[in-house]
Amino acid sequence: MSRKQGRLKARFEQLAAEGRAGLVTFLTAGDPDREMSSAIIEGLPEAGADIIELGMPFTDPMADGPAIQASSIRALNAGQDMKATLAMVKSFREKDDDTPIVLMGYYNPIYIYGVDRFSEDAANAGVDGLIIVDIPPEEDAELREPANKAGIDLVRLTTPTSDEQRLPALMEGASGFIYYVSIAGVTGTKSAASSNVADAITRIQKFSDLPIAVGFGIKTPEQAAEIAKVADAAVVGSAIVQVIADNVANSDGIKDSPDLLKSVLKFVSELAQGVRTARS
Amino acid sequence: MTTSPIEKPNSFKALPDSDGHFGIYGGRYVAETLMPLILSVEKAYDEAQADPAFQAELDDYLKHYVGRPSPLYHARRLSEHLGGAKIYFKRDELNHTGAHKINNTMGQILLARRMGKERIIAETGAGQHGVATATVCALFGMKCVVYMGETDIARQAPNVFRMKLLGAEVIPVTSGSGTLKDAMNEALRDWVSNVDDTYYIIGTAAGPHPYPAMVRNFQKIIGEEVRQQMMEAEGRLPDSLIACIGGGSNAIGLFYDFLDDEDVAIYAVEAAGKGIETGEHAASLSAGAPGVLHGNRTYLLQDDDGQITEAHSISAGLDYPGIGPEHSWLHDSGRVNYVPITDDEALEAFQLCTQLEGIIPALEPSHALAHVGKLAPTLPEDHLLVMNMCGRGDKDVFTVAEALGVTL
Ligand SMILES: Cc1ncc(COP(=O)(O)O)c(C=O)c1O
Repeated sequence: MSRKQGRLKARFEQLAAEGRAGLVTFLTAGDPDREMSSAIIEGLPEAGADIIELGMPFTDPMADGPAIQASSIRALNAGQDMKATLAMVKSFREKDDDTPIVLMGYYNPIYIYGVDRFSEDAANAGVDGLIIVDIPPEEDAELREPANKAGIDLVRLTTPTSDEQRLPALMEGASGFIYYVSIAGVTGTKSAASSNVADAITRIQKFSDLPIAVGFGIKTPEQAAEIAKVADAAVVGSAIVQVIADNVANSDGIKDSPDLLKSVLKFVSELAQGVRTARS
Repeated sequence: MTTSPIEKPNSFKALPDSDGHFGIYGGRYVAETLMPLILSVEKAYDEAQADPAFQAELDDYLKHYVGRPSPLYHARRLSEHLGGAKIYFKRDELNHTGAHKINNTMGQILLARRMGKERIIAETGAGQHGVATATVCALFGMKCVVYMGETDIARQAPNVFRMKLLGAEVIPVTSGSGTLKDAMNEALRDWVSNVDDTYYIIGTAAGPHPYPAMVRNFQKIIGEEVRQQMMEAEGRLPDSLIACIGGGSNAIGLFYDFLDDEDVAIYAVEAAGKGIETGEHAASLSAGAPGVLHGNRTYLLQDDDGQITEAHSISAGLDYPGIGPEHSWLHDSGRVNYVPITDDEALEAFQLCTQLEGIIPALEPSHALAHVGKLAPTLPEDHLLVMNMCGRGDKDVFTVAEALGVTL
């Protein structure tokens, strides 16, 4: 397989060289359906996304708020499954071999797929990292080891509840980048004050040299810009997914609005604008 | 049967290990935000367990408030009617609030108080755990929020009103099929958002470590009492034990003390809903596969893609696509026999028990009763069989009326 090593590393190095933070965009694979979802993903790099986070839909997204729950249901109802998600990544890779793709989701669909087979298939498709919400370091060796062996980073999550006692354990075995969940809560609800985020980043940096991406509760280009001043990357999820929801609901309930693709990519480019001008 | 064979352990009572694993089951599969909290619950629980004052306080409330010990009752007419084994009921439906659930909520609320928490959340299916939680919150003057699926709110209306009378806020959950699984998702979302002041009282022997072990330990008094009561009544141990399984707390509560008594046969009854073959059931061991949900690895109803499928049971308390991790391990190890009982079989047993014994059972133990009905006639008259009557049926009269086509 012609897998280029280290897309995540290369991308963060490039961002550092440009002296700016990156924009990480989240959407659920297969939302609202596979074709439209693929079209959105393919348009993301040009709209200004530096890293793509792709949600693997799950029936019981316990750490997600209403927007991402609904996106997961739309995708599952449209027939999305793990094979389809990996196939989407593979076809994206035929056109773009640079933009890192990180799969995000819950452990059970991976466990059922089989961790070894999943790691190989994901690496072959062109996946660079995994963020698995419900598998803390205490339990993650069974996934981390095969994933790392296949060349995939398992991104560790840190949160406002990760104190200096807990942080060292979180950093051991971490690779790719560190994801700072900036609020204690589910996705798409509260937003953190950027001063608190800055403090947390300083705390994490005591224990790790990895780049730090900050997510949860970033909804507007202005908020993304605030975070981009202090973090290596800002992650936006629910707000993007909400644009999809709005354009699905605006139609007759079955057909998507003709503006769906355009609206999503327009919002992403506004976010990118915010992130890119944050430090100037 | 889907079993990965397990070597016979020296004791069936030695688990979980220090990380909360029962073989490959159990563990702590939660969001990182919750990890420090879960570790602090574990630490507080370990300290409480080591503190005689904690156990003394719990014992005092169990005796004077809950009404323990619950009687062990020889069900003569049912035994005669079925012909065969001598049937005993462990009367946990006589506990305050009408089910075994309060054994656990009493223990956990004392722990929450020790931890200095002010706000309690819980999930509930049948509403029995919700009522038991709301009750102890009223007793100690603590704020109580109960998550309950919409479907369950409709079929357990009396319990919803009881919770509200007790001062709890009942939050309807509309996601999924509006049952116990969805209520648990929502409770976990609440907890992750309120880590500082909130304690989550999980209602069954499932969830992330230390809950499965902790809930078991608060419920194992059921079996410990049975051992002593049976010695007094018959001068020997029972020959078999039967209990129904939702998440598995009343069952493990009855079984645990007997796990190493090899001559005691143990049966746990899963809800087979409209029949395993219809796909509409809640029999995670009979028809599920190991997976990860709600903080633990355990048998789950799921599809080939690892998506959780909806459970079905006439009994709200059994309507859950998973099971506590210790049961998954006891299943694989072969120590406990897990058997299915359908909605219709449970309804029939419900009526039989009511008519012969003057005891209206909850629909949950009606499943266990139905299996008693199958098993007892095959056994000799000196066979001592204990069934856990873990809840009373007042809450279910509307559901049963509807199922029997009676308009109230
Ligand atoms: C009376 C009764 N029995 C049994 C159950 C099932 O739970 P478990 O398997 O934890 O005992 C419930 C749950 O609500 C219940 O109310």
